[in-house]
Amino acid sequence: MKYLIAATFAFVAAPLAAQNQDLGEPIPEGQDVETIEEEGGLTGSVSFEGNLDDLGIAIPAFATDRNVATPANAQGTAALGVELARVITADLRNNGLFKPTGPDALPKPSFANINAPAWATWSNRGAEMLVHGYVRARSDDRLTVGCYLYDMALQSRLVAEGWVVSPADWRRAAHKCADLIYSRLTGESPFFDSRIAYIAETGPKDNRVKRLAIMDSDGANHRFITTGRSTALTPRYSPDYKQLVYLSYVDGNPRIYVYDIGTGRQTLVTQSENPTFAPRWSPDGRYILYSMAVGGNTDIYRVSAQGGRSERLTDAPGIDIGGSFSPDGRQIVFESDRSGSQQIYIMNADGSNQRRLSFFGGRSATPEWSPRGDQIAFTHIAGDFNVAVMNPSGRGFRKLTSGWQDEAPTWAPNGRIIQFFRTERNTGKTSLWQVDLTGENERRLPTPVDASDPAWGPILP
Amino acid sequence: MNTRFATVAVLTSALALAACSKKAPEELPPPPEDVATPTPTPTSTGPAVGSMQHFIAAVGQSNTVVYFETDRYNIDAEDSAKLQTQAQYFSQYPQINFTIEGHADERGTREYNLALGERRANAAKNYLVSIGIPANRIRTVSYGKERPVALGSNESAWALNRRAATITIN
Repeated sequence: MKYLIAATFAFVAAPLAAQNQDLGEPIPEGQDVETIEEEGGLTGSVSFEGNLDDLGIAIPAFATDRNVATPANAQGTAALGVELARVITADLRNNGLFKPTGPDALPKPSFANINAPAWATWSNRGAEMLVHGYVRARSDDRLTVGCYLYDMALQSRLVAEGWVVSPADWRRAAHKCADLIYSRLTGESPFFDSRIAYIAETGPKDNRVKRLAIMDSDGANHRFITTGRSTALTPRYSPDYKQLVYLSYVDGNPRIYVYDIGTGRQTLVTQSENPTFAPRWSPDGRYILYSMAVGGNTDIYRVSAQGGRSERLTDAPGIDIGGSFSPDGRQIVFESDRSGSQQIYIMNADGSNQRRLSFFGGRSATPEWSPRGDQIAFTHIAGDFNVAVMNPSGRGFRKLTSGWQDEAPTWAPNGRIIQFFRTERNTGKTSLWQVDLTGENERRLPTPVDASDPAWGPILP
Repeated sequence: MNTRFATVAVLTSALALAACSKKAPEELPPPPEDVATPTPTPTSTGPAVGSMQHFIAAVGQSNTVVYFETDRYNIDAEDSAKLQTQAQYFSQYPQINFTIEGHADERGTREYNLALGERRANAAKNYLVSIGIPANRIRTVSYGKERPVALGSNESAWALNRRAATITIN
């Protein structure tokens, strides 16, 4: 008996010493972006009534009052103004909506024009919308970026906003501007100013190196968090972007860690010698769901993000795993094979009232509740693996993709785009893809190396 | 006939193995990465007791791995014969602790496969415990679909990857 206790103690103590061995340099925490009011603000209605796919938007270079050097780039604020317009153009083009024309094909407005466009310059370019903006270096080294959207037919301003950003965050100002344009023209919530955590993959199929990595929603500002010495899987950003939960084999066993961005330190989600999988945050960031196998039987647990005692939510024999909260935090969709194969179930957040949702033939796995609350995305397995959606009452099944193996959907912050990863048959190569809710607009998100397990965070605070 | 029976007896008998030096150690697969510290060299020239080479030489490579049907984790007759062979070895060398790795094929979602691999490793462990191997000698670890041995995307490759592999450690 004494021997047993000692052995158990040693088993728990070992991972604590080992758990930082796979981490690279800590990455800095992001700065807040301050929103400022631009003169005029929101005015007027949109004159365009056609299909948004055909809506032409001219996005010339952002002007500057004074071309000065800035830590954001080597060439000063004038060159930065061109870059800002390029980032906005790429955001809007890649989204599949709109026909944006970027700064490289357009004349440069002057600083004075930002408030008062030279309409004659733009009227013969076939664009229904015109974006103007400016970038100005402040005395405190930060940057002010203003963004104006004009309706060409009405020759009136539709919306204007500005942001104060640290030089390192200049791309966030561009994403904020793209979000402003997108929201004003579609009536949808913004999503460009957000980040994605995922697993970067290299190496042959039987010896894959899998590293935790993060990037902006457009793939920029890419950083590796782990070195690749241990396999890392299934990350999720905390709602405030201050932490990541993910699975690591750093101590030789699959275990969930909570990684602090900024300090670069990490802790086990629970002190147990059992394997833990499939971490998820509650929408308010107060709880972490995780799944733990005890004697081969996997159940879902909930623990405070501050640590402490875990509460077991499922107790069916079989594999209960994953879980995704409704946006109000009151319900959880999860996966269980208690019926004999993977299917999707729903329960109250305290584990009560468990019932099956998916009756679509085949298997249904990896449910993710939309941030809007109206849809649940999941992996439908019927021969091939495809991303599908249903509504929270288990109806309205729609298959959105048709790859050989598409899995692990994750939602854009506005619940309008789904990101997932696709595995290629035989080679095992993986890549990140996005699809909209029609299933018609699908595109690959470029990543430096192969990529899997994407997790899209909310709009940045 | 008699000779053949004798050969089988030698292969399955752990006792006879240390003396069996026909297989040169160079021809055997390298030890897995898990083997952190070199095992003490015995006085004989064969693989050290407790090493993976010694285990494979004793029970035969094919008896170190049991296979499963899609999404299943039950131990069938073939699996139990393999595990009984393993149990003979581990009864013979009670000082050896070991690991059972649970694996799944690529045609499953990542997280479910981690749980499935854990369930398969535990099924093999529970069988060994049921025939007398103490549970505290057996560690289980699931690799889900992360470590395939067969690399194709076809039924024969997937069948080889749905497995519980026994690995000796010191």
